[in-house]
Amino acid sequence: MSKISLKNLSHSYLAKQNKDLDWALRDINLEWSDGGAYALLGPSGCGKTTLLNIISGLLKPTKGEVYFDDKKITHLSPVERNIAQVFQFPVIYDTMTVFDNLAFPLRNRGFSRDRIGARVKEIAEMLDLSETLYNRASGLTADGKQKISLGRGLVRSDVNVIMFDEPLTVIDPHLKWILRSKLKELHQEINRTMIYVTHDQTEALTFADQVVVMHEGKIVQKGTPVELFEKPKHTFVGHFIGSPGMNILSCDLKNDEVIFSKTKIETEKKIKVKKNYLKTQIGVRPEFVNFSDSGIPAKVLKVSNAGRHQIVDVECSGGKLKMISSAATNIPSENVYLKFNSKYTHVYGDDWIIEE
Amino acid sequence: MGKTLNQKAWFFVLPVFILVAFNAAIPLMTVVNYSFQETFGDNVFFWEGTKWFKQILRSERFHAALGRQFLFTSIILIIQIPLGIAIALSMPKKGPGVSICLVLMSMPLLIPWNVVGAMWNIFALPEIGFLGKAINTLGIKYNFTQQPFAAWFTTILMDVWHWTSLVVLLSYAGLCAIPDAYYQAAKIDGASRWAVLRHIELPKMKKVLTIAILLRFMDSFMIYTEPFVLTGGGPGNATAFLSIDLVKIALGQFDLGPAAAMSLIYFFIVLLICWVFYNLMMKNEGQK
Repeated sequence: MSKISLKNLSHSYLAKQNKDLDWALRDINLEWSDGGAYALLGPSGCGKTTLLNIISGLLKPTKGEVYFDDKKITHLSPVERNIAQVFQFPVIYDTMTVFDNLAFPLRNRGFSRDRIGARVKEIAEMLDLSETLYNRASGLTADGKQKISLGRGLVRSDVNVIMFDEPLTVIDPHLKWILRSKLKELHQEINRTMIYVTHDQTEALTFADQVVVMHEGKIVQKGTPVELFEKPKHTFVGHFIGSPGMNILSCDLKNDEVIFSKTKIETEKKIKVKKNYLKTQIGVRPEFVNFSDSGIPAKVLKVSNAGRHQIVDVECSGGKLKMISSAATNIPSENVYLKFNSKYTHVYGDDWIIEE
Repeated sequence: MGKTLNQKAWFFVLPVFILVAFNAAIPLMTVVNYSFQETFGDNVFFWEGTKWFKQILRSERFHAALGRQFLFTSIILIIQIPLGIAIALSMPKKGPGVSICLVLMSMPLLIPWNVVGAMWNIFALPEIGFLGKAINTLGIKYNFTQQPFAAWFTTILMDVWHWTSLVVLLSYAGLCAIPDAYYQAAKIDGASRWAVLRHIELPKMKKVLTIAILLRFMDSFMIYTEPFVLTGGGPGNATAFLSIDLVKIALGQFDLGPAAAMSLIYFFIVLLICWVFYNLMMKNEGQK
């Protein structure tokens, strides 16, 4: 049980680093408090697994330090850190039964027989493994095997943190739901810090209280799912989260006014431009674009029905954008005007949000 | 429309027929032929039925050779398999050391059998050989041309030197195929080095080890050239393994009938043991 802090962490798999992209991780500063459910979200290759392996001690960072509470643990081994980690592909010990697999981390730490037996049965119960408890683990299906991996991660009750590295990749979609809610449930039950790495926004947003979005080895935003949705700090977060992602289009900034598609755009707070940007963009989610009687003139290109809502592709002089409207809305065909919800319209300079 | 009859295709499979006939079918059938008959040359044959088989199976000389063969093969397997695994485990997984180790390991495998025999013959000679001289200098009486134990010791040492690399290379390939996640999980689970070997490495190497054991069993059970050059089966009959004894009967005494019967019995023993080994080791694979 402890707070995890990462200070000025950088890592490279190369011996010499010449350019920014030679770094798998760049200047990571992060603090995770005890007992939270966190997600690390990002596309493949963004450095999230590297970051996880540094926290677990499987990798030594090139620069920077890792702290559990106020103790520097950068050079401790995984065993000394007392953490648990579940990997993307199921790791099971073929020769053992399910019971022995689950008991393995406890046996290695010299727990008594009775305690091991009780704890393993408890975990097996949680993960619905009780029926196959005395079968050979190698005979199980892929999701059964992954449950064993999860079980081995959860079986020790004294760990500082439990980390999941895309643990549901090999699981069938309907089981994913079940296991994900199980994990969430377990988190509330055992109250351990959990870090969940994934490239799937739904997994991250449903599992975590706080999501860290990574992009090209850097943390671009850390926040609650709602914050990430309503106020992406970086255009990448806008793109990556949401389906379809945020509309991000070039705009002009003149005298602290936002001009898009020859129209002045209202934002919730006044924008103050403090420096010269190479590019300036406006970002608004499809959910916050509406039809209106006046505003930005546009024409409708395509309407796709997605069940409860429809996705409308529209084009104005500033570019193409997508909007989401409820299935009941009549899509106008002539004299179409768009209006952005000013509260959720943001302006980005060189990809980072411009705030007042 | 009627199909035109065309038998030309037979010409395309003809080379294979000829090849298989001459390198397998005809020689094997010749041996079968000899094993049931008596001949005094000039292609004159007398039918003997199963006489040669009975004679071989009851012969003490065959029993002794078979016993020596089993002892030799068992010792070879007991030494080479664990030693091979141990060497493979201690080889580097990446870096320039890998190719150096692989080349070093392949060297013995590239040397022809009779050259290996000749090398070790000279190497172990008590007067002039480095090994023989060294052991004698240590005060241990050692002469593989006269002492049965020394002859066995030298033969086994030679075979270990020649063939352990094969086990090493196979095991190493098996080890390299284990995903990193297994080692990482073991680290986090707090597994000891022994537990990693017992529960990850050995089970994952099972298939290559099966192949290694089968190959080493067959090769060592049929060993001929190296002991023939090294000891010639001596001193006395001390290192006369099955194939050496077989050649003595066939070419030394020119008893073609008994030699043919012995060949077939020999062949069936190898086949039977391989089958048993394979089935034992693959017993649990079906459950996957």
